[in-house]
Amino acid sequence: MIAALLIVFREVIEAGLIVGIVLAATTRVPGRGRAVATGVGAGIAGACLVAAFAGELAGLFQGSGQEFFNAAILLLAVAMLTWHNVWMASHGRQMARELKAAGHQVRTGERTLAALSIVVGVAVLREGSEVVLFLYGIAAQGGTSAAAMVTGGGLGLALGAVISALMYFGLLTIPAGKLFQVTSGLITLLAAGMAAQAVIFLQNGGWLEFFTSTVWNTGWLIKEDSITGRLLHTLIGYSEAPNGAQLIAYGATVVLILALMRLVNASASVPKASRA
Amino acid sequence: MKRLLLAFSMIATPALADEPIVVHLKNHKFSPSVIKVKANKPSMIILYNDDDSADEFDSSSLKIERVVPGHNKGNIRLRALAPGKYPFMGEFHAATAQGVVIAE
Repeated sequence: MIAALLIVFREVIEAGLIVGIVLAATTRVPGRGRAVATGVGAGIAGACLVAAFAGELAGLFQGSGQEFFNAAILLLAVAMLTWHNVWMASHGRQMARELKAAGHQVRTGERTLAALSIVVGVAVLREGSEVVLFLYGIAAQGGTSAAAMVTGGGLGLALGAVISALMYFGLLTIPAGKLFQVTSGLITLLAAGMAAQAVIFLQNGGWLEFFTSTVWNTGWLIKEDSITGRLLHTLIGYSEAPNGAQLIAYGATVVLILALMRLVNASASVPKASRA
Repeated sequence: MKRLLLAFSMIATPALADEPIVVHLKNHKFSPSVIKVKANKPSMIILYNDDDSADEFDSSSLKIERVVPGHNKGNIRLRALAPGKYPFMGEFHAATAQGVVIAE
């Protein structure tokens, strides 16, 4: 039962933290609840499909279908997170004005809801397919242990949801003016971590074979397998022994997002300055 | 005949890292559970999951998470490894499914 609790908890928390950040990033945007719920629902449905066809999926691309699929959905999430941040940067002022003006509703933010819905879907899909396979395996075995395992899984789900809620409400204690900055910072690191993880899958699939040697090792400080290590892995892409290609992908994503944000922010503020 | 081939592949693999290394997962245990590969050379593990349920070959030190459904096989590509020990587990049955890759 403890084993089931731990596995489900780990997977739920990884997806849940991302949901928490997305919810915080879209505070006061109308329709965000529906967008996130759609993402979660589609993610769960997708997770069941992936679990059901895990064998067929793995068989694609000379046996590297799973790696290809994981890399592809991670890169999709990176693109969506980038787009969200860039959009926010170019409409930040307008959003701040709307925030002060009518009814605490931020109409501008609705445009990126679809992107964030996809990000939530991808997170749930990735972690969910493992939970589905794991629980299905237990259910298929049957017997008395199955009941205990399902209980453990349920508790793990609840516990993971509580931690994710803490993340969300913790972020909400940040004053509204600063919240956008904090969430776009978190989203930048989230995207960079996902890009680095996508590189790992591309390497495991045999598509990327340069800079594969380890650059440093911080396993003595924080083990990637520990709860702290896993949380940091999800949030900022922590890796105890990153290789060169991983670091390049991480750095390039951060630089690209920040550069794009500055670029659109600068071009958005030019007409305003001339008006003043 | 099948057993003979399997036995042969198990004898042959530690020396020849160029050949894929065949590993079986049965009753949630890896066999062999100690896998020797040449250091600084990529290698490949073919994992046959002989159990009814899926499992995930998981190793943070090898940077691999690979789901292998029941009665299925998975090709697991190992990058060139610095000499050392790299533990792995079957995440869904971590109590018994444990193993280690030794690069030397």
